[in-house]
Amino acid sequence: MNRKLLDIQNLEVGFNVYGGYLKVLNGVYFDMAEGEKVGLVGETGCGKTTTAKSVLRILPVPPSKTTGGAILFKGRNILTMSKNEIRDIHAREISMIFQDPTAALNPVFTIGDQLMTAIRYSNLHDGMSKRAIRQKAVQALKEVQLPDAERILENYPVQLSGGMRQRICIAMALATRSTLLVADEPTTSLDVTIQDQILRLLGALIQEKDTSTILITHSLGLVREWTERVYVMYAGVMVETADTAELFKNPLHPYTKGLMSAVPKLTGEGIAAGIEGRIPDYLHPPSGCRFHPRCPAVMDICRKEKPPYFDCGHNHKTACFLYRG
Amino acid sequence: MEHIILSAHGLKKHFHTKRGVVRATDGVNFTINEQETLGLVGESGSGKSTVAYTVMGIYPATSGTLVFKNQDITAATKNRPKALKQDIQIVFQDPGSSLNPRRTIRQILELPLQVHNTVPKKQRVERIAKLLEMVELPIDFMYKSPPAIGGGERQMIAIARALATDPSFVILDEPTSALDVSIQAKIINKLMNLQKELNLTYMFITHDLSLMRNMGSRVAIMYLGKICEIAPTAEFFKNPLHPYTQMLLSSIPVVSEKEEEFKPKKVVSTGEIPSPVNVPPGCSFHLRCPRRMEVCSRIDPEIVTLQDNHQVRCHLFPGATGG
Repeated sequence: MNRKLLDIQNLEVGFNVYGGYLKVLNGVYFDMAEGEKVGLVGETGCGKTTTAKSVLRILPVPPSKTTGGAILFKGRNILTMSKNEIRDIHAREISMIFQDPTAALNPVFTIGDQLMTAIRYSNLHDGMSKRAIRQKAVQALKEVQLPDAERILENYPVQLSGGMRQRICIAMALATRSTLLVADEPTTSLDVTIQDQILRLLGALIQEKDTSTILITHSLGLVREWTERVYVMYAGVMVETADTAELFKNPLHPYTKGLMSAVPKLTGEGIAAGIEGRIPDYLHPPSGCRFHPRCPAVMDICRKEKPPYFDCGHNHKTACFLYRG
Repeated sequence: MEHIILSAHGLKKHFHTKRGVVRATDGVNFTINEQETLGLVGESGSGKSTVAYTVMGIYPATSGTLVFKNQDITAATKNRPKALKQDIQIVFQDPGSSLNPRRTIRQILELPLQVHNTVPKKQRVERIAKLLEMVELPIDFMYKSPPAIGGGERQMIAIARALATDPSFVILDEPTSALDVSIQAKIINKLMNLQKELNLTYMFITHDLSLMRNMGSRVAIMYLGKICEIAPTAEFFKNPLHPYTQMLLSSIPVVSEKEEEFKPKKVVSTGEIPSPVNVPPGCSFHLRCPRRMEVCSRIDPEIVTLQDNHQVRCHLFPGATGG
């Protein structure tokens, strides 16, 4: 326990597009220990998914380009691995659950084909028999509480509901016995009652298998109920990180504060004004702190310099000059 | 005395498909008072958008009646008088697809003025500028096209377009579900201010109960084409009665301890919304209901009115079984 599982240092990733170079990730720091449940929260276009895809090295190159930094997984740098090493990582170390299960599953292959392929690759070196693989697939479907597993193996994705498809993606991600699970908005396309079911199931399964998890989401509520530690991301930078309880008790960064007050509350306290402006254009990102054009507490230094992380105690760090002490 | 602006009685819309009859809305009754916001909340497939489209006249109703300002409007669009179309407007969920990307904002906002001929040609630009001002967008937006502006701004344009004809009744079909919370807050505040300024009545469709809590004066919960609970907002959240409502509320992830205490005790969510082609017999929710009784699989409950104008359709409450 408590060994560093993933350590991202000053990661810079951009995209070459018509019109110029989009510098999306502007020095991302992220680390997590083995067995941890970490949340990564931010709004559309802040670079959450780009970060996740960089960790799996599944961003298409070109247009994407990694210009700096390192991603250490169990101490080895993912960015410098060979193709074969990456394939091994995908097969047995890091799994990902995508936002849209309909797009994640291939519509022309049966669930069985796809699930068994994943299992076969994760056990490539153990020489499993076909029957054993099928047995494992059935067991994986039972684990995600899908009834009639044998029949579902013969079904095509279109024959199943959205909730069932996401269960299959979860089964596929967990059947490989990965150490790290990256769940990218796993329930955004589902209704709240189904979201509740899926997350309860996922929670029980990762507990049982002792899988470390990164939950990527735009929902602060989910992060609060689900994770132990949170990173808040804005425009390609981690602006704040803390233990979950601490962050919700005492948010520091003006962006985090704005985000929290913008969430409609069940207790009905009216709706705060939200945050002025919109996420910056990555083609011409603002100088200094990328949040400064929208920040209610902007100072001169914010326009000139990129804020480093200031340690505010209680394992709480934020990239904002208000806390330079 | 509150004036009823719109009422629906036994509103049904069935679609005939190869696989059978889809009962998208199956006997819906509600009334909306002038200048209030009725929230229509439900999961996907519950029929809330179908209700909206039927009110708009996009779909002709299969049966039932719709009365708007003492006038029967059950007819579909082509049979409706132009003045009526002017009075009922809609804002769609996704401004990316509801605004034509090849038109400028000016053309988009000018079309309703042209069609209804409410503003003389010479004054139209002025009116468009005023509409933009109403949604707090700069006037030079007139010369931009939708892809060049942000999602929140696009939705503001869609709102301005709906208001171009001076309607009294606006349907908001999930107007913020495609947007981020920081932008959602801005749009919702704007909508609430506009409602006060222009004396608008809203039918607000959403799947987000926390948003509804802060927006609506009354809430109706839909499940499989029927309304299962309807009550004034404060009463509704203080005292949710229907087991489905309780399941919905307890499934919402919240951001503070205070809200956590406010939620009903954990009702474990089970099952999925069944296909509207194969509606279960009796109460359509009985397959997922934690408090189901023997009667629920046989008889469809009737809606009963309890105190504080709280209506619920469930056998747990006396009178629902009928007879």
